[in-house]
Amino acid sequence: MARITSGIGSSHVPAIGAAFDQGRTQEPYWKPVFDAYEWVKAFEEAEEPDVVILCYNDHASAMMLDVVPTFALGMAEEFDVADEGWGKRAVPPIYGDPVLAAHLAEQLVIDEFDLTLMNSLDVDHGLTVPLSLMFGKVEAWPVRVIPLAVNVTQFPTPSAERCWQLGVAIRDAVESYPAGLNVQIWGTGGMSHQLQGERAGLINPVFDNMFLDKLSDRTDELRAITRLEFLREAGTEGIELIMWLIMRGALGDKVEELNRFYHVPASNTAVGHIVLRPVG
Amino acid sequence: MRTRLYSLDELNDIPGTTVFNAMRSRQAYHLHKFCMSLMEEDNRTKFRADERGYLDKFRMSDEQKQAVLGRDFTRLIDLGGNIYFLVKLSNTDGWSTQKAVSSMTTMTPDEYAAMMRAGGRSPEGQRSIRGKK
Repeated sequence: MARITSGIGSSHVPAIGAAFDQGRTQEPYWKPVFDAYEWVKAFEEAEEPDVVILCYNDHASAMMLDVVPTFALGMAEEFDVADEGWGKRAVPPIYGDPVLAAHLAEQLVIDEFDLTLMNSLDVDHGLTVPLSLMFGKVEAWPVRVIPLAVNVTQFPTPSAERCWQLGVAIRDAVESYPAGLNVQIWGTGGMSHQLQGERAGLINPVFDNMFLDKLSDRTDELRAITRLEFLREAGTEGIELIMWLIMRGALGDKVEELNRFYHVPASNTAVGHIVLRPVG
Repeated sequence: MRTRLYSLDELNDIPGTTVFNAMRSRQAYHLHKFCMSLMEEDNRTKFRADERGYLDKFRMSDEQKQAVLGRDFTRLIDLGGNIYFLVKLSNTDGWSTQKAVSSMTTMTPDEYAAMMRAGGRSPEGQRSIRGKK
């Protein structure tokens, strides 16, 4: 049967993608960020996952105009890269896993999660920047990717608790899949940042580090954080952190923290990552 | 009545912040349709060649069109806009997201960039208009 073998939480800042694409990773501003992901790249090379369930948000690239899905699952064989206004990122093709995606869709709807199923989906920096960070510059991504897009843009977003429960259901769904796949789940976005209004530029390292600290074994406290508190404390875009709770919910009760990073700033944003392994 | 953890009025209590919701999403629908049209190079070229003429193809309010022409992001947010749509416009202009975002603050782009390098804007005093904390 398939197994979720690890979970990664990571920021997905577009400026990181631009620095990566333009070969500026060793500039003083960016070096600390890219150096910190070397550990994760080595981890991925050793782990050789087959599939990543990649929780991210669409930044008004494929959704949010005509249709605003709370949770949308990518069902296709391949996902094209969106042009966000400055041309498409030159990254390898992103291949999906329609068979596992169909299984997830079936199981999750039966388990009361009324997902939107995307038979066609262009993906943006929210999905491609984490792939670049975890795998570096490659000819082909070494994994199949199942995108899970979450509305974190239009209030009300799903709650922290709802995201957690979706993660729990994803774990059950993966474990009921007959093929012996090595599956990872990534929760991306955050950490604290606000991209609008006079309060733009908000960074809250106390909140961010609290979030990282509690992600292993005080998750009940993270699940209780309201949308209002995320907006106040982590900024209007910092609420993306709810997607890390889908990842964490999918890892079961106990986890081991393997790696962690926190850095300010990348453009407007606090960057963080954490790598967790389910225990037992 | 169902209980709520907080009154939704509290969303208006965060200083310098506009929470994007379903009503704003509808208010900005045609503005956002324009923004998303800029995801194609052909449309970016047409927009650059004749901004006003291009905008007139969309059923946006005249206020929204004026704010686009003036690259007034604060006003665009007031008129229902959301930053993830609006950056399609600033990306078309070749602006960094940081430059677009900083234009909504009281700082110059350089001052804003310096604030970010120094750790960003502290949440102290920025959490609540009523509570001033």
